[in-house]
Amino acid sequence: MASKTPAPADRAGVIARAALDELVALLAGRGYRVIGPQLRDGAIVYDDLARADQLPAGWIDQQEGGSYRLVRGPDAALFGHVVGPHSWKRFLYPPAQKLWQAERSAGGFTVTTAAEPEPPLAFLGVRACELHAIAIQDRVFGVESGDFTDSGYAARRQAALLVAVNCGRAAGTCFCVSMQTGPKVTEDLAYDLVLTELLDDRRHDFLVTAGTARGAELLAGLPQRPASAADLVEAEAASARAAVQSRAMVPGVADLLRQNLEHRHWDAVAERCLGCANCTMVCPTCFCSTVEDVTDLSGDHAERWRKWDSCYTLEFSYIHGGGVRRETAARYRQWITHKLSSWHDQFGSSGCTGCGRCITWCPVGIDITAEARAIRDAEGS
Amino acid sequence: MMTPHGTMAAPAQLDPMTPRPFRIRQRRKELADTFTLALAPDDGGGFAFQPGQFNMLYAFGVGEIPVSISSAPDEPGEILHTIRAVGKVSAALGALKPGDMVGVRGPFGTSWPVEAAYGSDLVILAGGIGLAPLRPAIRQVIAQREKFGNVVILYGARTPEDILFRKELQSWRGHFDLNVEVTVDRVTGAWGGRVGVVTGLIRQGGFDRLHSIALLCGPEVMMRYGVRALHDCGVASERIYVSMERNMKCAVGFCGHCQFGASFVCKDGPVFPFDRIEKLFAIPEL
Amino acid sequence: MTEQDDLRAQIKEHPLLHDLSDAHIAELATCAVAERFQPGEFLIRDRTPADKFFLIRHGTLSIELETPPKGRLVLQTVHEGDGLGWSWLVPPHRWAFDARAMTLVRTVTFDANALLARFEANHELGYQLLRRLLGMMAHRLTAARLQMLDLYGPPPAAKV
Repeated sequence: MASKTPAPADRAGVIARAALDELVALLAGRGYRVIGPQLRDGAIVYDDLARADQLPAGWIDQQEGGSYRLVRGPDAALFGHVVGPHSWKRFLYPPAQKLWQAERSAGGFTVTTAAEPEPPLAFLGVRACELHAIAIQDRVFGVESGDFTDSGYAARRQAALLVAVNCGRAAGTCFCVSMQTGPKVTEDLAYDLVLTELLDDRRHDFLVTAGTARGAELLAGLPQRPASAADLVEAEAASARAAVQSRAMVPGVADLLRQNLEHRHWDAVAERCLGCANCTMVCPTCFCSTVEDVTDLSGDHAERWRKWDSCYTLEFSYIHGGGVRRETAARYRQWITHKLSSWHDQFGSSGCTGCGRCITWCPVGIDITAEARAIRDAEGS
Repeated sequence: MMTPHGTMAAPAQLDPMTPRPFRIRQRRKELADTFTLALAPDDGGGFAFQPGQFNMLYAFGVGEIPVSISSAPDEPGEILHTIRAVGKVSAALGALKPGDMVGVRGPFGTSWPVEAAYGSDLVILAGGIGLAPLRPAIRQVIAQREKFGNVVILYGARTPEDILFRKELQSWRGHFDLNVEVTVDRVTGAWGGRVGVVTGLIRQGGFDRLHSIALLCGPEVMMRYGVRALHDCGVASERIYVSMERNMKCAVGFCGHCQFGASFVCKDGPVFPFDRIEKLFAIPEL
Repeated sequence: MTEQDDLRAQIKEHPLLHDLSDAHIAELATCAVAERFQPGEFLIRDRTPADKFFLIRHGTLSIELETPPKGRLVLQTVHEGDGLGWSWLVPPHRWAFDARAMTLVRTVTFDANALLARFEANHELGYQLLRRLLGMMAHRLTAARLQMLDLYGPPPAAKV
């Protein structure tokens, strides 16, 4: 994370669509592993990006509770989609990581940490809600401060370069406006560059603003012209379109859930919840993990792996004698209460960014905003 | 240095996820399913801890479990871990012999408020293997006995055969300035002592309700009834400390397993002042 | 001091009844005798008529049951400050367990039939005593239930 420098809007530049190819090449040339959205298996996922034309031009996503469909959009926008099943956490905090290995030796064993050098990451197309999600995980893993620091996460995070993009539309499951995490990338967020796609019959450009000295230096290497007042107005209009959202989180949800740990609505959710853990896997801030100890056939080589885990499994809370949270109702309560309430106590903010992934990817369409509202509406009844 | 609910010891190493090599100096059988390992660092480093803290013990190739340290910081050359073999890692640790190596991460967590209890009466309530995490606190109290008022140690076990640290309990009982009571839930052989639940002993008093600190460790149900009995005697929640148990994988607040409300038991606990968790303690499956 | 003075003082010292009025204590004392039991001596025998109520002033005794073929089982121990025996209150007025002194035991022992006659004549006395006996029984019941839980027993399914 390079230090922030003020980036007033009047320093914004405009680059053409073709300049994105140059940006990707520039980043690759500097040794970055560039990751960006692309179309695969009927969804927009994040993966290695060699060229900008791999971006999902012309595709937009239709999202509702338990439903995700890609359709052709009205134009050739590269970022007309919103967010898919992936989030950037899979690169900063990989689903499976080797923590260390151990070799049996005379009279014991020797532990060594796996420290193979990794190329720095460059993310292209990070939404406002996702910048918030990264900031939240930075606090979880103690990047800047905390009792402990996850050194692997901190190293990847500090080296990562973030090219953000402002949303020009919202999906049906988006509720970032009510979480104050979007849709517009605000200057308090950590990003190197932020793009706004400007697209009509006559042109396909991007308004670009640098958020760091590193970003400004990158931008200087791209062909550009200064932004006009009309460009800025058009960009604001795009953000205004994305701010029209049909879902919203109820106000004061942190206190609401804290005061309703024993509410009969939990049982009502449990009748629908399959306990499949999808919501925790797609959530950009869920950080729970387990460890697996493995040995090779000789028994002389052992490894410890850290893998994503979910509070929805019965084993998650296992202590000798059984799981602490035996009922689905208790596990759903744990997830939503942690996300929206106790997260504030632990890390000073909500754990939710309003991205809507948990709603879209829930096989039965359980809606975090609707469940919170149901608790509020049934409160005291 | 010590706060009312203990201190966070600085992590013993840069990367809290990597175990240090320790060597088993001694293995002692305690009960049919319980043993104690005396460990010493094998990397030339030291090991500082507070009573009530725990380590993550790694059996090569099998896995890692949290185990409370059962020795006091001033016990020379021995870092004791008393373990009940209830799973595959604890069984693997139990199969190790003196000279074998284990991996250790720690110490982690908060500690018993021994220094904060100076000048107070002490009520120490332990059940089953819950005596092990309290043993270092008891040793510290005995070593500086003059700093406390009345000291009441109440211990409950399943049967007379399940009484942990039996010889040591007998020796504590021999101190004229300690009130030690041991009770069992059921009798299977010759036993001339008490039969009944340990929480029932609190009613007998022997401590000043306004100027006592209570330390509890044992099964959660036992602690729940222990706290009620202390409340009935007039001991306030902020003077009661309990040691919680939850699933732990990382011990540093990253893995999420040990969450209890907003607390991470691994770093905000395991020792909690009861008033901090009182509201949550009564809620099932939290 | 007369024997009645002694008994009144002993009742007043006992945690179970210490807060009764002096008049009630005096009335109870007329139904009481002071007793002592040597280690091994029975205070109560299973199945015999229940006609006594004990305040334990000193010592430890065990509530036991003969459980063939396992032999004698100690269910619970009773100590200084406890009360012992309530089968005299409910039909068929027979003891359900044995109670035996483990150490030297000193008691204030009440004639249960005399107590019941007093209660009939003085409902207020009966109410005050039954309230305290009910508290004692509630504690015993809670304790028995916790014992049943087998708190420290082996976990049902060892796993991790």
